[in-house]
Order: sequence, then structure tokens, then C-alpha cells
Amino acid sequence: MKFAIQVNNSPYHSNAGYTACQFIKAALAQGHVVFRVFFYHDGVYQAFKYTTPPDDELQLTAQWSDLARHYSIDLVVCISAAQRRGLLYSDEAKRQGKLDDDLAEGFRISGLGQLVEATLEADRFIVFG
Amino acid sequence: MKSYLFVLRKPAHCGAYVQEMLDIILTTAAFDQKVSILLLDDGVFQLKNGQHPENVGMKDTAAIFNALGIYDVNDIYIEVESLQEHGLEPGDLSLPVQAFYRKDIAGLMKRFDVVFAG
Repeated sequence: MKFAIQVNNSPYHSNAGYTACQFIKAALAQGHVVFRVFFYHDGVYQAFKYTTPPDDELQLTAQWSDLARHYSIDLVVCISAAQRRGLLYSDEAKRQGKLDDDLAEGFRISGLGQLVEATLEADRFIVFG
Repeated sequence: MKSYLFVLRKPAHCGAYVQEMLDIILTTAAFDQKVSILLLDDGVFQLKNGQHPENVGMKDTAAIFNALGIYDVNDIYIEVESLQEHGLEPGDLSLPVQAFYRKDIAGLMKRFDVVFAG
């Protein structure tokens, strides 16, 4: 089965992101396909490059990056939701006269059309958070 | 084409939630998909008549709902019990809605290809 996933909460607001990550790993292990993960609302906080939790805590952003690296999962962060919350990738920051480069490895920035496309392509669409 | 039901459960003016849900509703409609909206729980307040958010420096999100018809989003459903629990009647809302009893909501959701939880 082909899944589209949406994540709407930040790592420290709820377990939605972690649960989504676990779900994706389980789905992949069973041979399912994850077409795209879309980060919306406060879910964009999952993609901040410079989150630096203590070593003995969950490194959720790093887990997402690992997921993208190992399974070529498409992790898309909504550009308008990201800009509202101060997450800028380098190109966009430059355009805005800012210096940020906030997007963690394995994520990419795009628009809501990518979410609509994912829901059209997938057999199942699941929202976390 | 797929049919979408966007389920809104939060009130107006609770952060960027309503604006961002309207953004995805309008984007989906702009992709020529069949879009409907269901207001549940505190979501019923989103269409409350007589909001003056400009007085507190907020954006008038209820006005955006009024523009949904331009995008062929004409089906707005509401749960009867949610309306009653919040002391509202259909006449208190700024748009015509189709009311469903709580016992029939699951059946309504089954009619759609994608239920978009909000």
C-alpha cells in the first residue's frame, strides 16, 4: 500500500512526530511504500537543523534525516508554515535579506501543492497531530 | 479526482490553525478536487455571525469561508450536537450549512475518499 503522511505538531508539544516516524519504519518493514511526508502547522519544527537536545534524549530531527538517507523518503516542509515560524532555507533567507540556513538534512521546502499531490497519489493519507 | 472532507474542530483565532487549514482547503479546491467541510466541536464557532476580529488586530477568517463558493466549495456540514452544546443555532452562522446528527457523522465520513483531520 502507498501511504501519504502529514505531521502537524512540534517534537516537544506531542509525540505525533515520533509516532509518525515509528509508523513509517513499521510500514516500510512490511513492504509498504511511503510516497511523501508533509510537515505542516507546527510540524515544521521537526525540520529545524539546529535543534540540540541533550545526548540522552530523543534526537527526532536526526531520526527523520536518517529515514530520508536510508529509505529515500521524501520529507517536504510547507514553505508558508515554515516562514511564519522562522524556518528559512538558505535560498529563501537570501531573498529575504536574512542569513538563516535552518533546514535539516534530508528535508526539502515546497508548497501545499505537494501535499495535495501526495493525497492524490496515495492509497491512504494519515494525519499525525 | 478525489473527494475530500476537511474536518475542523478548533475555534477561530487560535493561532495560525484556521488560516493554514483554509490555505490547504483552497489549494485542494484549486486542484479541481471535490472539497467539503465538516465543523465539529469548537469548530462551529468559525462561522459565528457578527465577528469583529479587526477590533483585536486579527484577520477575518470567517470572511474567507464566504469566498469558498468561488472555488466550488459549497458543501459545509455541521454536527447538530456540537452546535447545541455551544449554544448556537443554524441562524447564528454566516453561511448555510447542512446539519447531521452525531450518530450519522461516521456514515458521512465514509462517503469521502480522503478525510482530512484538522
